[in-house]
Amino acid sequence: MVERLIQQASSFAHSIDGLILLIMVLVGFWFLLAEVVFFWLIWRFRAKPGVKSEYITGKEKHLKRWITIPHALVLVCDVFIIVGAVQVWYNVKQQLPPADTTVRIIGQQWAWVFQHPGLDNQLDTGDDIWTTDDLYVSDDKTYHFQLTSRDVLHSFSVPVFRLKQDAVPGRTITGWFHPTVAGTFDIQCAEICGIGHGVMAGRIHVQATDEHAAWIALNSSHTAQ
Amino acid sequence: MAQATAAETHAHQHHGPQGILKYVWSTDHKIIAMQYLFTGMFMGAVGGLMAYVFRMQLAFPGISVPGYGVVSPGEYNSLVTSHGSIMIFWVAMPVLIAAFGNYLIPLMIGADDMVFPRVNRLSYQVFLVSAILILASQFVGGGAFGGAWTSYPPLSANAEYNLTPAGATLWLLAVALEFVAFLLGGINFIVTLMNSRAPGMKAYDIPLVAWMIVIASILFMLSVGPLIAGAVMLLFDQTLGTGFYDPARGGDPILWQHLFWFFGHPEVYVVLLPAIGIVIEIVATFARKKLFGYKIMLYTAVATGVLSFFVWAHHQFIAGIDPRMANVFTVTTLLISVPIAELLFVIIATLYGGSITFTTPMLWALAFIAEFLIGGVTGIFLGASGSDIYLHDTYFVLAHFHYTFFPIAIIGAFAALTYWFPKMFGRMMSERLGKIHFWGTVIPFNFIFIPLFVLGLAGHHRRIYNFNNFPELVPYRYLDVMATAALIVMLLFQIPFFWNLLHSIRKGPAAGRNPWRSNTLEWTTDSPPPHGNWPVDELPKVYRGPYEYAHPDRAEDYWPQNLPS
Repeated sequence: MVERLIQQASSFAHSIDGLILLIMVLVGFWFLLAEVVFFWLIWRFRAKPGVKSEYITGKEKHLKRWITIPHALVLVCDVFIIVGAVQVWYNVKQQLPPADTTVRIIGQQWAWVFQHPGLDNQLDTGDDIWTTDDLYVSDDKTYHFQLTSRDVLHSFSVPVFRLKQDAVPGRTITGWFHPTVAGTFDIQCAEICGIGHGVMAGRIHVQATDEHAAWIALNSSHTAQ
Repeated sequence: MAQATAAETHAHQHHGPQGILKYVWSTDHKIIAMQYLFTGMFMGAVGGLMAYVFRMQLAFPGISVPGYGVVSPGEYNSLVTSHGSIMIFWVAMPVLIAAFGNYLIPLMIGADDMVFPRVNRLSYQVFLVSAILILASQFVGGGAFGGAWTSYPPLSANAEYNLTPAGATLWLLAVALEFVAFLLGGINFIVTLMNSRAPGMKAYDIPLVAWMIVIASILFMLSVGPLIAGAVMLLFDQTLGTGFYDPARGGDPILWQHLFWFFGHPEVYVVLLPAIGIVIEIVATFARKKLFGYKIMLYTAVATGVLSFFVWAHHQFIAGIDPRMANVFTVTTLLISVPIAELLFVIIATLYGGSITFTTPMLWALAFIAEFLIGGVTGIFLGASGSDIYLHDTYFVLAHFHYTFFPIAIIGAFAALTYWFPKMFGRMMSERLGKIHFWGTVIPFNFIFIPLFVLGLAGHHRRIYNFNNFPELVPYRYLDVMATAALIVMLLFQIPFFWNLLHSIRKGPAAGRNPWRSNTLEWTTDSPPPHGNWPVDELPKVYRGPYEYAHPDRAEDYWPQNLPS
């Protein structure tokens, strides 16, 4: 459902969309049922001349069932949703698959600063490639990102990846993603960070393997001196 | 004790201020209720017009908004921050809890006033100061605070980051004073309900709206303490240069989020429960039905309140907390859907076998159920950690909580006002204008926020000044235009309401004591009730519960609580 509004471009995007669909089906059922019963009752028991309302206390066992059975069923649906949510959460946020490459992402008022490893594939060496607002990745690698902030809270969000993580000053938060589709996509800041929050727009360039290798080679040599 | 206090209060009022001062310096719970009501309505108009300004900017970026002018990014942030803060702290709370709590609790339990009338007066006066402060903060140098109503540090803690040195501190002081006002008011509600009930009124004979307001007050008092401590630390960070939230000096910005949401989530139920109580009273009256399961309702409300203390970190799944913690809060958050569903099921079940008349207050009460259901079910998407990774801080969140807060604070307040208006002012409102206003509010409401759910699913994040900076979002701009157009329609439909209100206060047909043929005690005295509510020797006695409609032993279809068998 979500993929019809915005494309999926990471390895976990489909599982998050799948969870949203699962919840949509389960709560959608309850929602429609409740609304239908609700409007039917309103229609069925509208005031009619000469018809008095019934005196029902709700204390009798056979009446309480009308509350306790839906109550139990709601609980069952909750269990399904919890299992689905924890599964997706575990895969996306709690475990960290081995990385092919690690990039550093630094939020600041009001730009994204990216540190890519150079040809040696190591961060914090002389050939690192620094960019502002443009992140370059390859479409066949698993990336770790080390996210931090220089000033206030920011949030690194790539909607097509279904990825979001707050950047907190004083901490480095490690997460991962694996792009699956080449293209250029939006990066948004998802945590209000001052008057420039609305212009804190970045772009992520997902490149085919060769193209990305060429980009690294070109820029790595430039900054190595 | 209650009788003694009552007599003293009564005596005090006769020597109290006269003339116009009677309305500004009164200790009468009904006058204080109206002070809260009208202040809240004024703030609601301010908050609504702020929404108009920033929605115009969202739909037509860079436009000179008619009646305002061009919105700068800083002003945009200030407007959304003030809109959120005002609607929650200066509209939802004063109207639902303070205005109707003050008006209804003494009248519904057969007391002549609150237990501490002067504390009550102080509560409003502190509240008024807080309202003036938040309004004044709009006009100080640097502008009003623009760090969102959640005020996360380090942005809120440091003027170098937020660029609103005066606005940020005024915002914090205003919110802190508002909390003081509600602590004073809450003490009064709780003590009054416990001590001043009419002879014969047992715990299960209390109308549920009174219970709900008192449970809400208890929740507020238990949850607000940590936030006040947090606010003092934030104030020190802002003004004295301490580093409670500054990681460079050993502080932790996430600490504020825990303190804020430990209060902030129960706060949702602080305003929800009074609204549910209002809906119960109205549905029972106009369906002519005994409530389906009084005790289920009461204990479910208590359970909701208890659970609400264990869900706060669902606001922080991706904030940098230990990822394992998210699993715990997903479980508690989804569990709270059970009591909330049950509250709604009980109200819906009450309709069965009824004889429903569609007065304006009943339409509002029914709309509350129909719309709040949407707010409730969309919360599940956000409480589930896995889907919150994507939906967190998007327009989906925004639409979700407007589908909870709008039914609570706007639909619930209009339900209460149209239902108790005859008691408050002794006159009836126009049903025709009331229904025009109802449909003109509820239909556009859906056209504002359904599009925003779609925008959220398409990846629009909140508090962004101009979406044209994000190429992926540009194709959906038409939905923003739709939402803004619907908002303008909704705001225009408030004109018939204000006309109806002002006209009916002076010229509406006389209401009599009990125009809705209802059971609860407030309907047994004059409309509007005199000082002291009932003549001193005629304070009511209670013989039965509040919802004895269509009792088989009785020819009339209602049975007021004060009639001897």
